[in-house]
Amino acid sequence: MAFAWTIVVMVVVLGLCWRFLGSYMVAVYEGRSRWLTWLERPIYRALRVSPESEQTWQRYAASVVGFTAVALLVTYGIFRLQGSLPFNPQHFGAVRADTAWNTSVSFVTNTNWQSYSGETTMSHLSQMGSLAVQNFLSAAVGMAVAIALVRGFTRKGSPTIGNFWVDFVRGTIYVLLPIAFVAAIVFIGQGAVETLAGAAPIHNELNGVSQVLGRGPMASQEVIKQLGTNGGGFFNANGANPLENPTGLTNLLSVLLILCIPVAFTYVFGKMVFSTRQGLAILAVMTVLFAGWLTMAAVAEHQGSPAMAAAGLSDAGIGNMEGKETRFGALSSSLYNVTSTQTSTGSVDSAADSYTPIGGFAMLTGMMLGEVSPGGVGTGLYGILLFAVITVFIGGLMVGRTPEYLGKKIQGKEVKLAALGVLVMPITVLVLTAIAAAIGVGRAGPLNAGPHGFSEILYAYTSQTNNNGSGFGGLSANTPFYNITGTIGLLLGRFGMIIPVLALAGSLAAKKPVAAGLGTFRTDKPMFVGLLTGVVLIVGALTFLPALALGPLVEQVSHGFF
Amino acid sequence: MLWVNLRRGLIVSAIFFVLLGLAYPLATTGIGQALFHDQANGSVGKNGSTLVGQQWKGAQWFQGRPDGDDPTATGGSNLGPRSKELVDTYKKRAAALEKQGVTPTPHLVAASGSGVDPDISPEAAYAQVDTVAAARHLTDDRVHALVAAHVRGPQWGFLGASHVNVLELNEALAGLQ
Repeated sequence: MAFAWTIVVMVVVLGLCWRFLGSYMVAVYEGRSRWLTWLERPIYRALRVSPESEQTWQRYAASVVGFTAVALLVTYGIFRLQGSLPFNPQHFGAVRADTAWNTSVSFVTNTNWQSYSGETTMSHLSQMGSLAVQNFLSAAVGMAVAIALVRGFTRKGSPTIGNFWVDFVRGTIYVLLPIAFVAAIVFIGQGAVETLAGAAPIHNELNGVSQVLGRGPMASQEVIKQLGTNGGGFFNANGANPLENPTGLTNLLSVLLILCIPVAFTYVFGKMVFSTRQGLAILAVMTVLFAGWLTMAAVAEHQGSPAMAAAGLSDAGIGNMEGKETRFGALSSSLYNVTSTQTSTGSVDSAADSYTPIGGFAMLTGMMLGEVSPGGVGTGLYGILLFAVITVFIGGLMVGRTPEYLGKKIQGKEVKLAALGVLVMPITVLVLTAIAAAIGVGRAGPLNAGPHGFSEILYAYTSQTNNNGSGFGGLSANTPFYNITGTIGLLLGRFGMIIPVLALAGSLAAKKPVAAGLGTFRTDKPMFVGLLTGVVLIVGALTFLPALALGPLVEQVSHGFF
Repeated sequence: MLWVNLRRGLIVSAIFFVLLGLAYPLATTGIGQALFHDQANGSVGKNGSTLVGQQWKGAQWFQGRPDGDDPTATGGSNLGPRSKELVDTYKKRAAALEKQGVTPTPHLVAASGSGVDPDISPEAAYAQVDTVAAARHLTDDRVHALVAAHVRGPQWGFLGASHVNVLELNEALAGLQ
């Protein structure tokens, strides 16, 4: 019953975010919100960018790639030099080269896959100056690309799609920074740690226990890791660690921070194309998928663990508690982990590896559907719009006429770009998983035997290629093999999608709108919602079912233990 | 055009390093330390942090989750739901509890996700009342009442699950005569 109220509160708050954060974001990206002009103008002057200037899609994409390349080098440099830099109370040395490389790529691509343990690897400067900064900036890049794609639909015969530097700076300082700042203070009030001091020694006279309490500027990073759908934890346990996510309230706030911007983006989309209903249709698809996957995981986890039953014990009424925190319980834990894998977040408040087969299936397949329900900040919107283009194309095939979406004719070029953006991810995941499962250094990774071990490998590449970052934690991923192959997934998943999306934006922006006719397939009706949901599910099922059958599905139907 | 983008990338990285990498966390730390000093430093009391679990050995104390309780190495067992090793671990833990006279409950048998879970469920605490009372020569009723007084949550009536903080409960237990 308590969980039902959690859902009610979540829906109400997200409804308010959709409407009010959404209209604020429209004002931000259209340049009408000006309360931070004093901070913004000096940045444009330093960059020598005129805020009114515009870029073609090629220049926009070159700016995205150029910025990311520099961010990658700066982040990598800080990791490698942290031993000689300030804010290092525990005197950690340089991060190992392959780990530093994988982590840098992971954080600048908004993935935040972590093959290392934060508590024994990263100095405070690496946490604040590299990881937390990229939490903001990689999110702002995703948001900028989504806005550019929406402009593609709204512009008429235009050679340009906006200015990357302006979209990027405004998204960071107008949207991400103020929300993160307020949320961080709330988290600290609930018990999240925020200090520059190092570890604290503890001794308990009652039981003779001595501990070393790892600390650092955790709360400020915790909130932006959620808000920017990044997901990298300060410490290994991520959102399960009570020092990062101390209470039931911070657990729900984490879920809300993750979902607020992706949900609000459907309002932004609707407003910018002058039809809120178009945005609502997209939101409806996201909601149907999210609700389905949440139900799947929550029911599976509530039913309990096969291991507990095999040990002759009952967890009826409590659910599978392996890898879960007492203060959250099985249901709120499922909500958090499903939210994080239906977006590109990847933070976890419970050990994904120890979920029931169907609970793990829900997390894995949430990512495999392309993270469009509602997906990451910006990435979710552009991801689902690619599927929408494919949907109207299929609709057009059915009736035998050239399809249009939001007044723009969808022709061969657009369909090819959309299909490319959709297919890069599954191809990369399946090829990398096949390589890892075929060779010795790959098979050395999994902790668990049998199908669950295969799931650990499949999960790792699915997570990295989708820029999610959650993991079946049993995989020993901090090896040169996994760090380097993972990086390929990270980069292809990010830029294999962003570049086709920007090309699509440019191609659409250049088109003149056509008037809707009698034969036009309406994209703001339930028919379209159903068809789009179907396309997302069918593409996911066709590409991944064989691989899933070897992992979680066989694990679910088997009666044995491995 | 390449150089323009790289130069802009460098400048914007430097600006945001200062704004987001230094000013934001330092301002948050300043405000957090001023408003919520105890919480911001890890909720550390006389006997440890109420947010980090500890090992309590012996029947005279309430036991927490079967975790490693090392805050410098957080994380769960990562064993899958059909792991033989997990089943064997559960059986061992259940046998050890039964030997102490405690009925095994899921929270006492399954390890947490953080590896430092400071709480157990109310059922897990009540299951230990008889054993703890006998070891301390207290009446069951007094120990039962002590547990009941320490049940917290769900927060605000609906957030998360109800729980008992093991450190606070044992501190109160030590104070009982």
